[in-house]
Amino acid sequence: MKRILILGAGTAGTMMANHLVKKVNKNEWLITIVDQYEKHYYQPGFLFIPFGIYSEKDVIKEKTDLLPKGVEYIQASVELIEAEKKQVILGDAKTIPYDILIIATGCEIVPGEVEGVDQGWRKDIFDFYTIEGAVALRDKLKDWEGGKLVVHISEMPIKCPVAPLEFVFLADWFFREKKKNRKKVELCYVTPLDSAFTKQKCADVLSDYFPQKNIDLIKNFSVSHVDAESRKLVSLDDREVTYDLLVTIPVNMGSKLIARSDLGDDLNFVPTDKHTLQSKAYENIFVIGDATDIPASKAGSVAHFEAEILTDNILSYINNKPLTASFDGHANCFIESGYNKALLIDFNYEIEPVEGTFPLPGIGPFSLLKETRINHLGKLAFRHIYWNMLLKGIPIPTVSPDMKKSGKKLEGLAVDVQS
Amino acid sequence: MEKVIAGYSVDVTEEGYLTNKGQWNKEIAEAIAKEIGIDELTEGHWKVIEFIQKDLAKTEKMPTIRRVKNAGGIETKELYRLFPEGPLLKATKIAGLSKPVSCV
Ligand SMILES: Cc1cc2nc3c(=O)[nH]c(=O)nc-3n(C[C@H](O)[C@H](O)[C@H](O)COP(=O)(O)OP(=O)(O)OC[C@H]3O[C@@H](n4cnc5c(N)ncnc54)[C@H](O)[C@@H]3O)c2cc1C
Repeated sequence: MKRILILGAGTAGTMMANHLVKKVNKNEWLITIVDQYEKHYYQPGFLFIPFGIYSEKDVIKEKTDLLPKGVEYIQASVELIEAEKKQVILGDAKTIPYDILIIATGCEIVPGEVEGVDQGWRKDIFDFYTIEGAVALRDKLKDWEGGKLVVHISEMPIKCPVAPLEFVFLADWFFREKKKNRKKVELCYVTPLDSAFTKQKCADVLSDYFPQKNIDLIKNFSVSHVDAESRKLVSLDDREVTYDLLVTIPVNMGSKLIARSDLGDDLNFVPTDKHTLQSKAYENIFVIGDATDIPASKAGSVAHFEAEILTDNILSYINNKPLTASFDGHANCFIESGYNKALLIDFNYEIEPVEGTFPLPGIGPFSLLKETRINHLGKLAFRHIYWNMLLKGIPIPTVSPDMKKSGKKLEGLAVDVQS
Repeated sequence: MEKVIAGYSVDVTEEGYLTNKGQWNKEIAEAIAKEIGIDELTEGHWKVIEFIQKDLAKTEKMPTIRRVKNAGGIETKELYRLFPEGPLLKATKIAGLSKPVSCV
């Protein structure tokens, strides 16, 4: 028997297991998936936990409940990938050989990468990118009396690059409508980017929200360190931003496993062909989800589209055929903007988010790059779609992995040729 | 579009980034530097410029600030001192390379 080994049973790994089990010849191939943890977290739900909209039970399931029959699941940490020997070594020193390896180990926050963050960690510096962080922040906000709340991005890329924006918009709503103390809260958003978001048209739309919602936007701020004692962020060009409560997005890095195995770049992301999803170093290693270095958003929706492409390419690889399925960088993200409204953006490597309707051209029901109530309902429905369709590898009707141009206002748009 | 820099006629983007590496030379670098507020290219500046050019040729990817520190051995604080505000935006422009795309 030959083996397809999947490392990581998070969003992307689970999807791949569900796709492949239906497609490969089981008399020839064994599918094995390894993850260090027992629980699967719906990470997009972490955004809602600090504000009491979701609780832990909404975002946690057992991994084994999400994996299909016919796939071998091993709960263990992966210590090392020995690519030359086509094998992986687990925490208990067990060795697993493979013929095809799929790396789906995602990325994680590394607070210690910014000096000073550890000193104030979970006292007046919080994150919401982990379940522990989101819960700790909820408890902090419960009896926080107000002051200056700063939302801060340390360094790009981060997973779900819109999540910090959503957080600060929801904070405005939370203090005004739920806590009724918005007057006592100063909100400030600090980013290393030169605008509110990476994509220009979307950034233009979003930057209007800052004055409207009375949120101070500080751009081009590359953090040097945090002075936890006097509670301020200091930039490399010696600017300072004080805070009472800091919600930081720490540096996001790929798993340390990637560094140990000498397979990554400076942030432990694996160099990957942005179209075929094959690793650049070994032809029998494929990479999916947040673990890659491709210039696409690190998002569950991206992993979903990639999974369809990668399944095709793995089948081609098995059959010694050229890898013809090509990922176009398609991402689709709801942006919660508070007060039960949201925006939706749909884009790929070449085409930035624009206005229009989605998924049905001219019909919707969702509006692109516009704030609507239906979009907000879409964001909330995404949780059910995630558990019941995305993870199981069930395609969403009318939403293809390739981004559709129909239904989008593309006139006069400069195409991003570099990416 | 075409632009005359330091007496050489070169192809540039609207933002002034060279589109053809082959047209670049050190005089052009010095002229671009002056244009964006760096009066003199010191040894420190050249170390950064050369690292970025070499690393890009080797990895086929524009190095990040983190990579300039880890692989190029140039401290980030120093990088900001040499090229204030957007160090990579400035250094790549002077180095005759394309503008780094911001990550999504
Ligand atoms: C706050 C927040 C909000 C988000 N909002 C959205 C959203 O609205 N829409 C959207 O599409 N996406 C969103 N995302 C992003 C989305 O959750 C991720 O992009 C997605 O989960 C990536 O899937 P993955 O499989 O690559 O990584 P993960 O799902 O993180 O899985 C990686 C798995 O690998 C395992 N692993 C890693 N290293 C090892 C090792 N050495 N040994 C064993 N196991 C290992 C981990 O335990 C983990 O289970 C959000 C993320 C966050 C944090």
